[in-house]
Amino acid sequence: MALDAGTRGEAASADLAVTGLAMSFGGARPVFSGLDFAVARGEALALVGANGAGKSTLLRCCLGLVAPDAGAVRLLGEDILALGAARRRALRRHTGLVAQRHNLVPRLSVLSNVIHGLLGQAGGPRFWSHAAAPEEARTRAMAALDRVGIADLALRRADRLSGGQSQRAAIARALVSEPRLLIADEPCASLDPAAGEEIMALFFRLVRETGVTVIFTSHQIDHALTYGDRVLGLKAGGFAIDARAEALAPADFRMLYD
Amino acid sequence: MTDAALSPARLARPSALSFLGYAAGAMILVWALEGAGFSLDKALASGPRLADFLSRAWPPATERLPSLSWKMVETLQIAVAGAALGVVLSVPFALLAARGVLVGPAVNAAVRAVLGFIRAVPDLAWALVFVVAVGLGPFAGMLAIMMDTLGFCARFFADDMENVDKGPAEALEATGAKKLDIAATAIIPAAMPAFVSTSLFGLEKAVRSSTILGLVGAGGIGIELKVGFDLFDYQTAMTVILMIAVVVIAVEQVGAVVRRRIIGVEQ
Repeated sequence: MALDAGTRGEAASADLAVTGLAMSFGGARPVFSGLDFAVARGEALALVGANGAGKSTLLRCCLGLVAPDAGAVRLLGEDILALGAARRRALRRHTGLVAQRHNLVPRLSVLSNVIHGLLGQAGGPRFWSHAAAPEEARTRAMAALDRVGIADLALRRADRLSGGQSQRAAIARALVSEPRLLIADEPCASLDPAAGEEIMALFFRLVRETGVTVIFTSHQIDHALTYGDRVLGLKAGGFAIDARAEALAPADFRMLYD
Repeated sequence: MTDAALSPARLARPSALSFLGYAAGAMILVWALEGAGFSLDKALASGPRLADFLSRAWPPATERLPSLSWKMVETLQIAVAGAALGVVLSVPFALLAARGVLVGPAVNAAVRAVLGFIRAVPDLAWALVFVVAVGLGPFAGMLAIMMDTLGFCARFFADDMENVDKGPAEALEATGAKKLDIAATAIIPAAMPAFVSTSLFGLEKAVRSSTILGLVGAGGIGIELKVGFDLFDYQTAMTVILMIAVVVIAVEQVGAVVRRRIIGVEQ
């Protein structure tokens, strides 16, 4: 598979530019090394690879949630790994994370969970519960829930939602702060196929509408090809695939899993 | 039929190190029994004396129930107030003691050391300290219970917070939320069932402790127990012992029911 060298030249104007990224478990077994890639504004980048290839670790490195062994990550124009805690938090006000397990707080209402998505922009006790939240925050959260189609479940406890409803709430929480860049780590992996398709379609309709830059992982090749503008395939610590989605066929991915 | 020669040994032969460990354990037990003045003769000879005590303590002094009941109410007040304040104080201590929640490892270790000290001092010793500090009476007992509950609950609250699913916290961290906001919205709510369970154990422990704080003048029904034995009024002493048993068992049962209803499982 030929690497798409053109994408590397866009690093300067990219929402995310990664250079020379290396990571290992406990400093011994390397997960990946020498990774270079950039994601342009509004682009959807699909990251694929076998279990244990390092996809989730790479995503977390991109947000500075995990410190890599080497390399640089320029997120929205700033070197996130070089920033202090306060500046890093300020930068993350423009990012969001949607995870496989939805990661809602189970005992709290859906509305409170979504309002928590605004904590980066305006923290403090008033944002800890929907009951005390400022009217503007409640309005924004309800609008986000409406966009994902579960406004009627706002006061339901998060642990009483179905899998699909729960992931919709997680998407609303990620979108309520109107981020510029979203990370989605296998957003439909814990859902049945029908619910998974529904969630992927909804998620990408919303991010396309708002022009959000997205980096997502998936084990489903058709998702990578359908929703990704570009696809990176991780294997043996490096990119075995780096190409526009339209240039790839399902058979090209077989080598990732061999 | 399996060949007997292929059958594995029923017992594994201990290694030399294991054998030394067992021998050391046995020697420590003998040493401890000797230090504790263990005497089989005395234990066997105690039967008649115990029977004599029981014959003089029975029936319980039921005519003293009204006055003793008020002392039991005071005991419960000491336990509830001390445990409640201890639980509330435990939350900030636990936030500082929990690794990866609010502060760095140096502060975590320092706060855990302080909590270890608070826990290491027995409740009766705390009661003696507070009797000196605030004088005789239930307030000293309440403060002793508060310290005892703080040492117990803060440590377990911290462990509970460290053990919650980190996913919700990570999702909020990715949006730039501050650590205190993350603790308040993702970590504490997730740990709340464990907090409730630990607090109920703290209350049960407080009720048990508060019944004997009177022995050192820190209020509650314990003083009646001491006076009963000092004056050889064994019927009153027996009444107090039975009242303590009933109240402690009742609180434990109520605690178990509340735990089941709130948390869904009995821990």
